[in-house]
Amino acid sequence: MKYLPLIIANLGRKKIRTILTVLSFAVALFLFGLLAAIRGAFTMGADVAGADRLAVTNRASIIQPLPIAYRDRIERIPGVVRATHFNWFGGVYQDEKQFFAQFAIDPESYREVFPEFIVPPDQWQAFVADRAGAVAGEATAKKYGWKVGDRIPIRGTFLPGIWEFNLHGIYRGSRPQDDLTQFWFHYKFMEEKAPPWFKGIVGWYFVKIANPAAAPRLVKVIDETFANSAYETRTQTEKAMATSFAKQMGNIEFLIMAIGGVVFFTLLLVSGNTMAGAVRERTSELAVLKAVGYTDRFVLAIVLAESAAVAAGGGILGLAGVKLFTLKGDPTGGMLPFFYISWGAIGAGLALAVTVGLAAGIIPAVLAMRLRVIDALRRV
Amino acid sequence: MKLGGGNGNSLIQVRNLDKKYVRGSEEIHVLQGLNLDVDKGDFVAFMGPSGSGKTTLLNLLGGLDVPSAGSITVAGDEITRLSGNKLTTWRARHVGFVFQMYNLIPVLSAFRNVELPLLLTGLSKAERRRHVETALSIVGLRDRMGHNPRQLSGGQLQRVAIARAIVADPTFLLCDEPTGDLDRKSADEILNLVDLLVRDHGKTVLMVTHDPRAAERAQVTLHLDKGVLAEGVAQPA
Repeated sequence: MKYLPLIIANLGRKKIRTILTVLSFAVALFLFGLLAAIRGAFTMGADVAGADRLAVTNRASIIQPLPIAYRDRIERIPGVVRATHFNWFGGVYQDEKQFFAQFAIDPESYREVFPEFIVPPDQWQAFVADRAGAVAGEATAKKYGWKVGDRIPIRGTFLPGIWEFNLHGIYRGSRPQDDLTQFWFHYKFMEEKAPPWFKGIVGWYFVKIANPAAAPRLVKVIDETFANSAYETRTQTEKAMATSFAKQMGNIEFLIMAIGGVVFFTLLLVSGNTMAGAVRERTSELAVLKAVGYTDRFVLAIVLAESAAVAAGGGILGLAGVKLFTLKGDPTGGMLPFFYISWGAIGAGLALAVTVGLAAGIIPAVLAMRLRVIDALRRV
Repeated sequence: MKLGGGNGNSLIQVRNLDKKYVRGSEEIHVLQGLNLDVDKGDFVAFMGPSGSGKTTLLNLLGGLDVPSAGSITVAGDEITRLSGNKLTTWRARHVGFVFQMYNLIPVLSAFRNVELPLLLTGLSKAERRRHVETALSIVGLRDRMGHNPRQLSGGQLQRVAIARAIVADPTFLLCDEPTGDLDRKSADEILNLVDLLVRDHGKTVLMVTHDPRAAERAQVTLHLDKGVLAEGVAQPA
């Protein structure tokens, strides 16, 4: 700590240069954070998946239905606590650009299987009591200015007609990364209004199990239960389902790594050049430090500390910026419902910034360390 | 102070000191067979033409460079046997440097510049402050300790540099042309200060100078020519 004034003073030597270098780190880390949030949007389903939940879909495809009668049979399997079902509605609110996911659910079982979504009890009771009732996520309600009591018209696509819902509740998540864009309504309401071919079928099931360690066995048991039927099932953990869904979007991870790699390599070259210049112009001062008794290793450390401090400063600025940006929610209007940067990603970004800072400073620092006092003083 | 071998009780003992540089195929002998004894409290000036080896001798005495042959012993430590961090640590404890161009850190205040050598010690913040204030009081700049180098005149800068050199109470001071960049008045002030350090504080000072008026202040002036030392006129102590 006693050397901190020396480091701070050196950074303040050329304020514009320091500010520009900090900003270059800030911009790079903002981009890093943004890419991490986008990556998270594609993979977050896997991150938030409950360890005690299984997903049961039609073996042929997730878009093929399953009979609603499967629910009771699944719930009878030892080790299963509860099963709930979903139907994708795919309706349009106002116009096609206004996208948010709408699901027909069974309220009673849904709440048991997904306890992480929080709805005030009075709102939930009102929703349960009204077959045309609906609950919207906080983000979607905020986006459209909805409030409890509003009537929400949604145009059906594969289930035609204008469907009107009474908004009785607005849910929030118990974790910052929870998806707050969904819109839920009664399965029974959909079944009533849907054409005959749509009755008695659901999109997929989520199954709450008593012991996550029993998941591999239950996956097998559920699929065996419905083997050789007209609707064979594919059961997997919720995490595996979310991961395979993310993979359908392409190799997002590679794309993000490639962009990030180019940005950070460029940053390394630019900041390395800046640090080299900063050290070169104070050669005599470093020589004096050595003359009065500072060791070569100290000189190495102080140059590296300055470089790391610039990088950390820029990193904190950039990551704080991206955190604030993501707090505003999905910037695409519904394409990225899980738009969120985790503290883990922020920590990784900061570590990356400091690593690049240290790498940028290493050559100038080693040159400073090897500086011979008499040679440096002769140049003055 | 003695030229040639002394009785072995001197503070600084230089024996058969050689320094040569190799430039291409050419070997340049800067110092040849130097012998010198400096006692505690001596004020010695080195004079000589450019390239005579004055600064090289000062660098060797300060442990900034290593000789080609011979030995230097300071307060019982043969520094020519030390290297790397040991030599650096020795420098921190025993040598105070004063340079012609002051060599202060421009982004640090006078206080912080003077404090630099003390950061290497185990002194507390309060103790460091007390030492710095004392050093700045001796050079008459206690009221300027918050000033940055750019806010000080040349003479004041050199006084800050002297405060930095004495703050850790080193065994001896090495001054390389301390008045070389100053006007006459400022130069006299600096020389008065060096006199004061020798007379009232018992400091041992070795000074390289081109300025005969500066050399007059020393008790002994030694002339270096082609790497060989010769004694000048001894001044009254």
